[in-house]
Amino acid sequence: MIKIEYVYWLCGALMLAAGYFDFAARRRAPAAFWTILGLCFFAADAVEAAAKAGNVLPAQIVGIAVIALGMIAASGLTRRHADDGDAAQRKASAERLRNQLFLPALAIPLVTLVLVLLIPRLKFGAFDLFDARQPTIVALALACVIAAAAAMALTRATPVAALRESSRLLDALSWAALLPMLLAMLGAVFAATGVGEAVAHLASAAIPVQSRDACVIAYALGMALFTIIMGNAFAAFPVMTAGIGLPLLIEQHHAHAAVVGALGMLCGYCGTLLTPMAANYNVVPVALLELRDPNAVIRAQWPTAVVLFVVNVILLDGLAFR
Amino acid sequence: MNYWPLLGIAIVVIGFARRLNPALVVVVAGIASGLLAGLGIPELLALLGRSFVSNRALLVLILTLPTIGLLERAGLRERAHAWIAGLKQLTFARLLVAYLGPRQILSSLGLISIAGHAQTVRPLLAPMAEAAAEKIDPALDDAERERVKALAAATDNVGLFFGEDVFIAFGGVLLIQAFFNQHGIELDPRSIAIWALPTAVAAFVIHAVRIVLFQRRLSRIATAKAAHDQD
Repeated sequence: MIKIEYVYWLCGALMLAAGYFDFAARRRAPAAFWTILGLCFFAADAVEAAAKAGNVLPAQIVGIAVIALGMIAASGLTRRHADDGDAAQRKASAERLRNQLFLPALAIPLVTLVLVLLIPRLKFGAFDLFDARQPTIVALALACVIAAAAAMALTRATPVAALRESSRLLDALSWAALLPMLLAMLGAVFAATGVGEAVAHLASAAIPVQSRDACVIAYALGMALFTIIMGNAFAAFPVMTAGIGLPLLIEQHHAHAAVVGALGMLCGYCGTLLTPMAANYNVVPVALLELRDPNAVIRAQWPTAVVLFVVNVILLDGLAFR
Repeated sequence: MNYWPLLGIAIVVIGFARRLNPALVVVVAGIASGLLAGLGIPELLALLGRSFVSNRALLVLILTLPTIGLLERAGLRERAHAWIAGLKQLTFARLLVAYLGPRQILSSLGLISIAGHAQTVRPLLAPMAEAAAEKIDPALDDAERERVKALAAATDNVGLFFGEDVFIAFGGVLLIQAFFNQHGIELDPRSIAIWALPTAVAAFVIHAVRIVLFQRRLSRIATAKAAHDQD
């Protein structure tokens, strides 16, 4: 069976390769950064299993590793500009290979799509060909492997050359690649330390609860603002809905729960468009596209987010109280 | 109620505002919040480690990098650029709107990871958008080029966010259902997802209008430049 663990080991292998190439080029900080992160990926399954069995020592070691990664990131881990070879050479190659170049790139989404549709059918008795726990991730990973093989065949490159390319791009991403995981971790810490309840408590104390419109606006703004802080509407939803949505909108003002849930979440999504805390959507693309302004993507989407937020508030007010 | 852990939020806001390294800011905020909530150092380290590894699915997108890297060295972006430059009918706005619509529809069917910043925006959509913008303004300056690429990334985000919530098996919809279920309100996932539809349509219209307005602005800049050159 193709297990989800293999996918993470493959990620770990790419990181260790980046660490090796950086080490060979005497770039010490990124070499240490990718090696530590790669080892965390290889150890992760054992860490989770041990934590479940009551042994937290491996998790504590990862905790120390995370702090080390943060310190390496802060101390001179500079993003290396992605050097992708000679421009004339690229142009010549583009003219020779023409539209064939699109095939491996398109293979990633298309093979993922086919596998996602096929996975439920690929069962042989009790034997699943793919891990049923996270089929889309396994499908994406397998599509990436197939696409990489196709790209190697097309460009007549060796696997080592492919690893060198991924290392170059990882160095260009640098700490931005790690940020989504760190922010998800911060969300878990905030949840475990009661940050959400404290925010909801403060917010509900400040609202004139008799006014229906004030409650609607407070809930919508609360979802958007708390998502901006947490970087994730899923983290904001239970907190804000338990603090404002459920007691004030649904119980006191008799709003329709399905509408409150759906539009509350969508108000949170407008917040996601506005925050650097949503790193995988707003910070990673800045690094991937090598933009100079760290907030370039947020700048490009804030008008959409603000107008859509107003639309959501109007929809919530109009649809929830029928 | 212990309000001290809220200082973690303050650290994040100040750290991001002062443009300190975000990775460090986030780690420090996590440690501060944990300590202020009264967690001991061993518990805090375990919490950090456990929640870090349990979110490792977020980094799976790096598996696209070997393919993207090889293709880029072989001229993928140059080819994407040349291909768009040759298609006379395909304007900047048509390209981005033609990406936004299908991205939303595919996300609403649950096909979320088939596109994304690493999979499609960097290798394909961004260079295509640049080429389409250059058809309007051949002397596109660096600041405009950045805006074009950022708008391509923003278009992917809008398409993903306001499509996925319509999908009934999507985590967000199930989270809403589970939350209300815990509080004694039974809801069908379909009855939740249906209320995301008006917003999905609004998101498409608003963002498409903004793309068209961006294209108009590009043409105005190009005309102004041409007029300036003639003087």
